[in-house]
Amino acid sequence: MATYTYTPVPDQGAKAGVLAYLVISCVVLLLMMLFGLLMRMEQAQMISIGALWFYKIMTLHGAGMVGIVALAGAAIMWHFLRQYVDLSTGIFMANLILFLTGVVMILASVLLGDFHAAWTFLFPLPTTSMGMWSPGAAALFMGGLLVIGVGFVLLHLDIARAIISRYGGLGRGLGWPQLFGPDDGNAPPPAVVASTMVTIVNLIGLVVGASILVMMLINVYVPTFEIDPLLAKGMIYFFGHVFINAVIYMAVIAVYEILPRYTQRPWKANKVFLASWTASTIMVMFIFPHHLLMDYAYPKWFLIMGHIIGYLNTFPILIVTGYGAMMIVYRSGIRWDMCSRLLFVSLFGWAVGAMPAFIDGTITVNYVMHNTLWVPGHFHTYLLLGMVAMVFGFMYYLGKPNENAPDSALDVAAFWGFVIGTMGFTMSFLYSGKISAARRYAEHLPEWVPYDKIASYFAMLLIASVLVFIFRFLTRLGLASRDYQRASLARSMAT
Amino acid sequence: MQETAWQVSLVLMLMITFGVVFVAINSGKREEEYGPLVKRAYSFRTKLFWAVAFVFFPAMIYNLMSLPYSPKAAASSGPTQVINVTGHMWYWEMDRDQVEPNQPVDIRVTSADVNHGFGIYDPDLRLIAQAQAMPGYTNVIHITFPKEGTYRVLCMEYCGVAHHNMMTEIKVGKS
Repeated sequence: MATYTYTPVPDQGAKAGVLAYLVISCVVLLLMMLFGLLMRMEQAQMISIGALWFYKIMTLHGAGMVGIVALAGAAIMWHFLRQYVDLSTGIFMANLILFLTGVVMILASVLLGDFHAAWTFLFPLPTTSMGMWSPGAAALFMGGLLVIGVGFVLLHLDIARAIISRYGGLGRGLGWPQLFGPDDGNAPPPAVVASTMVTIVNLIGLVVGASILVMMLINVYVPTFEIDPLLAKGMIYFFGHVFINAVIYMAVIAVYEILPRYTQRPWKANKVFLASWTASTIMVMFIFPHHLLMDYAYPKWFLIMGHIIGYLNTFPILIVTGYGAMMIVYRSGIRWDMCSRLLFVSLFGWAVGAMPAFIDGTITVNYVMHNTLWVPGHFHTYLLLGMVAMVFGFMYYLGKPNENAPDSALDVAAFWGFVIGTMGFTMSFLYSGKISAARRYAEHLPEWVPYDKIASYFAMLLIASVLVFIFRFLTRLGLASRDYQRASLARSMAT
Repeated sequence: MQETAWQVSLVLMLMITFGVVFVAINSGKREEEYGPLVKRAYSFRTKLFWAVAFVFFPAMIYNLMSLPYSPKAAASSGPTQVINVTGHMWYWEMDRDQVEPNQPVDIRVTSADVNHGFGIYDPDLRLIAQAQAMPGYTNVIHITFPKEGTYRVLCMEYCGVAHHNMMTEIKVGKS
């Protein structure tokens, strides 16, 4: 059986590149949250920005959030993975430069070119604008996504190279010799297993995404180059689902690496762990038809596959990763600080958000809830209270002054504000979905407005809490790059 | 269906909440010997796995028993009424907007330009059926309207700046 032994070595500080990723993530995340708040306030009739600006902001919010959580997740993955394999800092920084280049292109497309076809850019909407935006604006948006995608492809190729070089293959990075043979205790650590999984699925997802983007770019200027809309939709959702799922699998590495330091208990890459990650590798790539359940033109088996894998996909989340976190915290004597609180609650957010997600993937439910606010309800739960909590937990970890440093009352209040704000915000979404409020509407019917108002107030609480998180991280940047003991030792070992 | 989905979600989310709160409450005192605790935890996990499987697998199969992709046998009587629908930016073109109640209706949905979503809301503003409207393909909604009244149609797939205004009505009643 693979082992993890806690040794009280200093926690490694972050490289300058990781800090650059995180600082940019803070700024963009906050801006995108403010955009989200504006949309909810518009639906709540608390402000009036008009449909055009609503959909432009919606497009930026979607593309910006997906991009920035991917950047933050990549920072976490790279920070811990480089402690096991030899990664290229040059490639890591190239990804950041390409990312920023893509962001500028997307901002120009939306703010100057009025592009507002949503981040999902469902063909043929980007090229059929009814004169609302130019072909150039559409090309700029898709080109921006493509540039960002190229950066991530480079990053993942470098990670694949490093894992293959260190472990001898991606199968070995997933621990297949220990999974399918005798467990000799030499399985890679969880951070490597997770990085291998993310690299495999993201490389495939990004190539598919880039392919459809290139096809659409050609179609913008050569309309006779025809694309099957059903094929385009399938490729877009394959890419989109894989990429957004991968961000959680990148960020959860912070939980695998940091919680054991707080509890001085191992997070073992045993057979069950390895099996769950191999299963997730496959399921993440085949679950995407649950986005297409209302496209009856697809083969029925394909749609049923989305339904079935939606149910199966909850097992690794609940039974392995979620349960694993509970196991090492239970009677551990853990000292709760901002980092350990956020990482612990992140597993709660992930697991609890997966429930309305798989229910939405049930075909008969999807028939009456697809593209209602139920959908943003579930993914905001596991992204905000799950993935984003992991990112902020990592930031508090990097910035913690010393292992015994107490948290201020403001930080603790911000933690509870974040939890309550997120749950209130996402439950408002879910309840609106229950009463059939349609998704992506600039104006809501009067019956839906009260819940938009409730959501807006909770979103304000959430953003106020995030402001504290970000302020704290930015004021502690000087500490974040140093090597020293950060994680508090569990009670009986510390005293 | 929406009520069921909401209640099942709440129950599952609350069960996870109780589990997490239980662990948080019991995190303060350290049990130094991790080995025996792991053994107990793995044993409980096995039981948890089978308990979840015992609930999830039948639910997964049960929910596949009645899919919207085919007409329900013997769900209604009388000849099938057909509505041909084409989505445009930003209006619905329908060759009829009035049907009889308690008789099967096939709504053949397609699009002339981009992706739209044909969502049918009952008089209580509850979504009761939908299908994507896609250029080059026709998706057929098989439905029987159980009661008379005016059913609203809303667009369920983002299609541009007037997406939220893309509404029409189907009147269900004796002609």
